[in-house]
Amino acid sequence: MSYEATFRVWRGDAEGGELTDFQVEVNDGEVVLDVVHRIQATQAPDLAVRWNCKAGKCGSCSAEINGRPRLMCMTRMSTLPAGETVTITPMRTFPVLRDLVTDVGFNYQKAREIPAFVPPQGVKPGEYRMQQADVNRSQEFRKCIECFLCQDTCHVVRDHEENKPAFAGPRFLMRIAELDMHPLDAAADSGLDRKATAQDEHGLGYCNITKCCTEVCPEGIKITDNALIPLKERAVDRKYDPLVWLGSKIGLRRG
Amino acid sequence: MTTETRPPEAAETAARGVHSPGRAAIAQRHLRLDRWWLPQVMTAAGLLLFIGYSTWRAFFGLHTSYAAPYVSPFYSPCLAANCPTMKGGADWALFGSWWQLSPALIVLIFPLGFRLTCYYYRKAYYRSFWSSPPACAVAEPHAKYTGETRLPLILQNVHRYFFYFAIPVAGILTWDAILGFRDAQGRWGHMGLGTLVLLVNIVLIWGYTASCHSCRHIVGGRLRHFSKHPVRYRMWTWVSKLNARHMQLAWASLFSVGLTDLYVYLLASGAFSDPRFF
Repeated sequence: MSYEATFRVWRGDAEGGELTDFQVEVNDGEVVLDVVHRIQATQAPDLAVRWNCKAGKCGSCSAEINGRPRLMCMTRMSTLPAGETVTITPMRTFPVLRDLVTDVGFNYQKAREIPAFVPPQGVKPGEYRMQQADVNRSQEFRKCIECFLCQDTCHVVRDHEENKPAFAGPRFLMRIAELDMHPLDAAADSGLDRKATAQDEHGLGYCNITKCCTEVCPEGIKITDNALIPLKERAVDRKYDPLVWLGSKIGLRRG
Repeated sequence: MTTETRPPEAAETAARGVHSPGRAAIAQRHLRLDRWWLPQVMTAAGLLLFIGYSTWRAFFGLHTSYAAPYVSPFYSPCLAANCPTMKGGADWALFGSWWQLSPALIVLIFPLGFRLTCYYYRKAYYRSFWSSPPACAVAEPHAKYTGETRLPLILQNVHRYFFYFAIPVAGILTWDAILGFRDAQGRWGHMGLGTLVLLVNIVLIWGYTASCHSCRHIVGGRLRHFSKHPVRYRMWTWVSKLNARHMQLAWASLFSVGLTDLYVYLLASGAFSDPRFF
């Protein structure tokens, strides 16, 4: 079954832009990205849209559909209110390049600021041995497809541009949590305390755990409950819990 | 075809948030069509209802806080000398007779602090009362935001200490529930509807306490090698399952505390008699 839908797509660049209406055919089983491609093919060949896999695995087609950060390829038309205009805008946290394409360089900058995995001494690549129980938590975070929808929806940077230098965002705080939970990461041996630096250098304290990152994650990663809150608790161990501090000093607790 | 150009009000809000230079020029603060405000309104209504009721009961409920053998959870343990005599209960008068205000005010600080710093309630009131954010992808009204990086909100990091205090408080309420298996004269081996009310309440309170994120961290979350600590890993797994229901347990236990107190109040004020099972 086909029907005619009204799509309102933001078109423009950093200098300005506008929401533009399109009447477009929609067929059974289609996702929003299919319809955007039809607009591109039939009405606006110069419409800029970033996409790649159409399977929710590359994280390219992030946008805001009816005001909600989503992957266009994973948003079925049947889940949107029938008969109502579908509004599509680029992610509103990042600078726009053109139409639906934004400059997500902020995220790559933040990724570079996170110190990488530190290999354990005396263990060569290929000799790493880990128990499944020890890597379960980190593996959940490895499902991330880097669509940056969590970064887009996080009000710390979305609503406060001035916080961008200080705040890594949920995706990269999750990366710190992943490394801090990694059974073989030897950062502590090299003098790097990931728990403390999460708070001091990557802005963990800005997070007020309102869970929007979890709500928008297309991979269903429990970012807040499994990464951000555990990381906050680990930072508390280091910075705000004198009992833990005392225990580590007298040798009752290891770091 | 064009439906919108950059509107006049955009200039007023320029250089802030979603209207910052370089971002897509969209006048609206958000484009959500769903009723995004509804959860926030319901959360605020639920919390305000409890705050109003518990404030009234904490300040003015002393004389209806005990209906043998049941004690209101707002008044246990009772740490001042002006408590009603609770046969076998926790009326310890540690504060002596100089405390003339309601004894509930002494003990309620601990559950209040536990819930105020709770990771779930933080989300709830940041969204509902402070609009930070009002909802996902809905622009917040504040010009500045520092989150929990400085006073007073940096104090949220004391949550685990309130968790430590919550354990003995829950233990005392458990004892109160056990005392409910007596009759009004203090003889054991009896049960009434109130016993059931107290039991349900304490199960929910333990559920909420054990599902706490700090508890999850303390029992095992802080470890890096679960495989070297199988018992703690098992405990962490259990707490994690409960933790996934933390929000539901927070609400259920909040209402169960209020309803348990209401039940004791109705008994103590003579509104009806406790239906006895045996």
